Amino acid sequence: MSILTYREALGRAMSEEMTRDPKVFLMGEEVAQYNGAYKVSKGMLDKFGPSRVIDSPISEGGFAGLGVGAAMAGLRPIIEMMTWNFGIQAFDQIINHAAKMLYMSAGQFPIPMVFRGPNGAAHMLSAQHSQTVEGMLTQVPGLKVVTSANPSDGYGLLKTSIRDNNPVIFLESEMMYAMKGEVDDAEFLIPLGQGRLMREGQHVTLIAWAKMVQRAMDVAAVFAEQGIECEVIDPRSLRPLDEEMIFNSIRKTHRCVIIEEAYQAASVGSWIVELVQRVCFDELDAPVMRVSNEFVPMPYAENLEHRVLPEVERIIPVVKQVLYMD
Amino acid sequence: MAAKAKTYDLEFLKKLYFELCYYRRFEERVLQAYTAQKFAGFCHVHIGQEALCVGVQRALKDTDYMISAYRSHTQAIAKGIPGNEVFAELFGRYTGCAKGNGGSMHMFSKDRRFLGGHGIVGGQVPLAAGVGFAINYEKKDEIIVCYMGDAATNQGQFHEALNMAATWSLPCLFIVENNRYGMGTDIKRTTSVDHLWKRALAYDMDHGEVDGMNVLTTMETVTEIVAKIRKTKRPYFLDAICYRYKGHSVSDPGLYRTKEEMAEWLGRDPILQLGEYIKKQKLMNDAELKAVDTEAKAKARADEEWADEQPIPPEDAVWRYVYAD
Amino acid sequence: MAKIIVMPKLSDTMEEGAVANWLKKEGESIDEGQDLVEIETDKATMAFASNAEGVVLKILLEPKKTAALGTPLCVIGAKGEKYNLEELLSKLQAAPGAKGPAPKPAATSSTSAPASSPTPQSAESKSASTNGGRVKASPLAKKMAADKGLDLTTVQGSGPAGRIVAKDIETANAGGRSQSMGTTNSSFAVAADRVIPLSMMRKTIAKRLLQGKNEAPHFYLTVSADMTRMNDWRTRLNKDAESSKDKSVVKVSVNDLVTMAVAKALAKHPSVNASWQQDSIIEFGGVHVCMAVALPTGLVTPVIRHTNLLSIRDIAAKAKELAGKAKDGKLTNEDYLGGTFTISNLGMFGIEEFTAIINPPQAAILAVGGTMVTPVVNASGDIVAKPIMKMTLSCDHRVIDGAMGAQFLKTLVEHIEEPMTML
Repeated sequence: MSILTYREALGRAMSEEMTRDPKVFLMGEEVAQYNGAYKVSKGMLDKFGPSRVIDSPISEGGFAGLGVGAAMAGLRPIIEMMTWNFGIQAFDQIINHAAKMLYMSAGQFPIPMVFRGPNGAAHMLSAQHSQTVEGMLTQVPGLKVVTSANPSDGYGLLKTSIRDNNPVIFLESEMMYAMKGEVDDAEFLIPLGQGRLMREGQHVTLIAWAKMVQRAMDVAAVFAEQGIECEVIDPRSLRPLDEEMIFNSIRKTHRCVIIEEAYQAASVGSWIVELVQRVCFDELDAPVMRVSNEFVPMPYAENLEHRVLPEVERIIPVVKQVLYMD
Repeated sequence: MAAKAKTYDLEFLKKLYFELCYYRRFEERVLQAYTAQKFAGFCHVHIGQEALCVGVQRALKDTDYMISAYRSHTQAIAKGIPGNEVFAELFGRYTGCAKGNGGSMHMFSKDRRFLGGHGIVGGQVPLAAGVGFAINYEKKDEIIVCYMGDAATNQGQFHEALNMAATWSLPCLFIVENNRYGMGTDIKRTTSVDHLWKRALAYDMDHGEVDGMNVLTTMETVTEIVAKIRKTKRPYFLDAICYRYKGHSVSDPGLYRTKEEMAEWLGRDPILQLGEYIKKQKLMNDAELKAVDTEAKAKARADEEWADEQPIPPEDAVWRYVYAD
Repeated sequence: MAKIIVMPKLSDTMEEGAVANWLKKEGESIDEGQDLVEIETDKATMAFASNAEGVVLKILLEPKKTAALGTPLCVIGAKGEKYNLEELLSKLQAAPGAKGPAPKPAATSSTSAPASSPTPQSAESKSASTNGGRVKASPLAKKMAADKGLDLTTVQGSGPAGRIVAKDIETANAGGRSQSMGTTNSSFAVAADRVIPLSMMRKTIAKRLLQGKNEAPHFYLTVSADMTRMNDWRTRLNKDAESSKDKSVVKVSVNDLVTMAVAKALAKHPSVNASWQQDSIIEFGGVHVCMAVALPTGLVTPVIRHTNLLSIRDIAAKAKELAGKAKDGKLTNEDYLGGTFTISNLGMFGIEEFTAIINPPQAAILAVGGTMVTPVVNASGDIVAKPIMKMTLSCDHRVIDGAMGAQFLKTLVEHIEEPMTML
């Protein structure tokens, strides 16, 4: 067991997979000589050389498409988006090409590749650098969408994503790259579609992923002081989604709050609400509630940014509401 | 006839002539089937542009890759997908080359290395760069031909892909099927350069222009280009001048073009040109050429009749191929 | 002028009631003071007299439906009179000084409904959780209620806008079988579970006892009393009664004797004859002892007024009367009101001793066990057989301290062991 930062865990996952399979390569802006904009690929150029760790031009659509073409010809690309805000430039390639290729070719051209990079707000990066994309991309059949909330999950899930024969959207966070955590020294994989029970409880289920997992844990700690036990679930991969874990938890707690860094409409959270009300209707003792970003572009000022994101003080009253504590 | 002084034997020319006629008759049957409502959706045909497809194919090996846009029925056939499977795909049948999942715009064959017709203008160009990247990565001797329409050269992804292909020396042959109209818009009205090959100048990319209406010229030119790509590993940008007789798609009446313009291009018809050449070489007469055309018509009819008999996909096929195992 | 008659408060603890039976039908005329409807309260079923006269124009609450106090029951007006129900209802809501709890949100919503939309259904609003005849309950609460055979219209919702939620069902079901004993996968052939809908009485018992146990910090004091003298006295009294020609001279039970002893002791220890009033403690002026009477449907505690002033024959007669009325379901409001102390006796069932839950707002209850012949070491050191009765006093510690309770019990034991001390 070693203590790794989240970025080190991701770097270790990529390096191991590139060692294991020569068809895996990494391409993106600043991934090689600069060692990665966020140093996730630190040392990889030296280890694998410029034919496998490739600095791209600033052409997200172009090099995303290049990855898709390379995958059609049998390679297994990892395409790094410096941030998913830039990745939006590549949505045509991701949505129209990567996601659809297998289906429209009736199984002839699988696209085994990973698009990865930081997602959502960091800190005071304002409107154009704070978008989350999981809601948009979970909408697309053919894509898998994976998040992680700690170094160990990041490592195990990225390795699985690289070995997956489908295009996988792997969402990271600038705010988590320096996060430290234990990662087993022995190699391991975490299957996609398997959530993680972060904290057991019987009074209310909190569902959160990525950065919001920590928020949920903080909220659970607050309620624990009052004798209320929140069950915190991190689904980790959003497509496929560990629906059973969610349903089973709600069958136990009968109450659910979803915390997501996204806007309310047509989000992953809204999809989970739909699933829950359909499958667990008779189990619910309160409406499923969500705490989301306020529906405004991300402001720059620190206090305003804090106001927009789902922070603990905005989550607590909502949890109280489903507990009928008011 | 602008073909070089090189001579071809009767069998070879007859084959070329047959292919030109076959693709013409195939697309004519496709149009008829469409208007008879035997299938629906978008339908873009190649009538008038057959020479390019036939000429390019003659320059390639089976191991070379090809990728194209949404006007690609005959390119798919040229690359080796049987015409009846293309027809069955148009009819949405389970024995079509994409099992009814693709349709007119999305013909695919992994075996034949035909990487699809694609429906987003310019979207296939970065894909071609990726295939070129993979060829280099695996240190192979193959190339990829990437067809695109003239209007695709105004897409951002086109420029991004050309830049990467040139920067990294990817073995790509980018061919613009320059029929001068992006749907109904004359390319002159939307494009800053008078010749599309000038697009390559920005990337220091080897480039040229070819008379895409003449199959022999095309074949000879492209053969030289392909040899050069294999040798230098550098990409090439080819502006292939051609003309589509029909509208952009079935629903397009083509009102933006004059009768005079059409008459001029009909005079350069690829089938007409090759027929004249063969007759001039005294290898075949009108009756013999007509017999080849009759044979081509019969093949196209057989393709459609076969497709008519094919099964539609089973309902549970809707769930297949969303995700790979 | 048409008038709406609303659910009256017919007992001190009544918060809701149900129509047991309409004594007048729509169209029938009625005089002021004439019985209009029988109302099932938390304690009894009683006739309610009309406070208006005219014709019953419309009945708004059907029998067997529970409704909060103040819920409209019917409209009374002149024969053939045209009236606007909505207007009457909104006047009713606006009326100042309305008795009983404020209207629940569901009822209020009818006043804000668009004028064009008729709201006869909201007039039938039975509880806070119902609106327009629809019960608002969480899906889980509905499922739980269905599993338990509970009628949701009898449940008070505690959620937003009166929504019935899971904990309301749990509370409503208190005293019933536990959920874990519900469906069984056992392969043994067992009788199906019997689901017993809660009666008003059972609901009240559950609520009152829960309140008593939750709010009053209980402590318990147990003593033994030698019943030799008491038994002798009872034997004499009952012999007299048998030989008496006056049929009104009733027999006396152990419980009657204990009741008398308790009443006398209470008169001497007013601190036990008391009540916690949040901001003060009341020591009651009178001693009114309640007797717990077990019925098949539950437990009632009718009161014997001024117990300490009554003779033993009077106590016995009153106790017999109340027990009879309780068994016949004829206890009136008057029979319940104003108790200051309660005695619960399970001696006749062979119970040696037990503890009881205080009956709020009282401050103490005495649990009386059976008289058991017990070996006792007497003053001279010999072991002798004595009829011993054990009693346990449950005290609300907010009102009664240990020493106070002990002193009361000391007096009580004296009275029992030497009845003459009562006189």
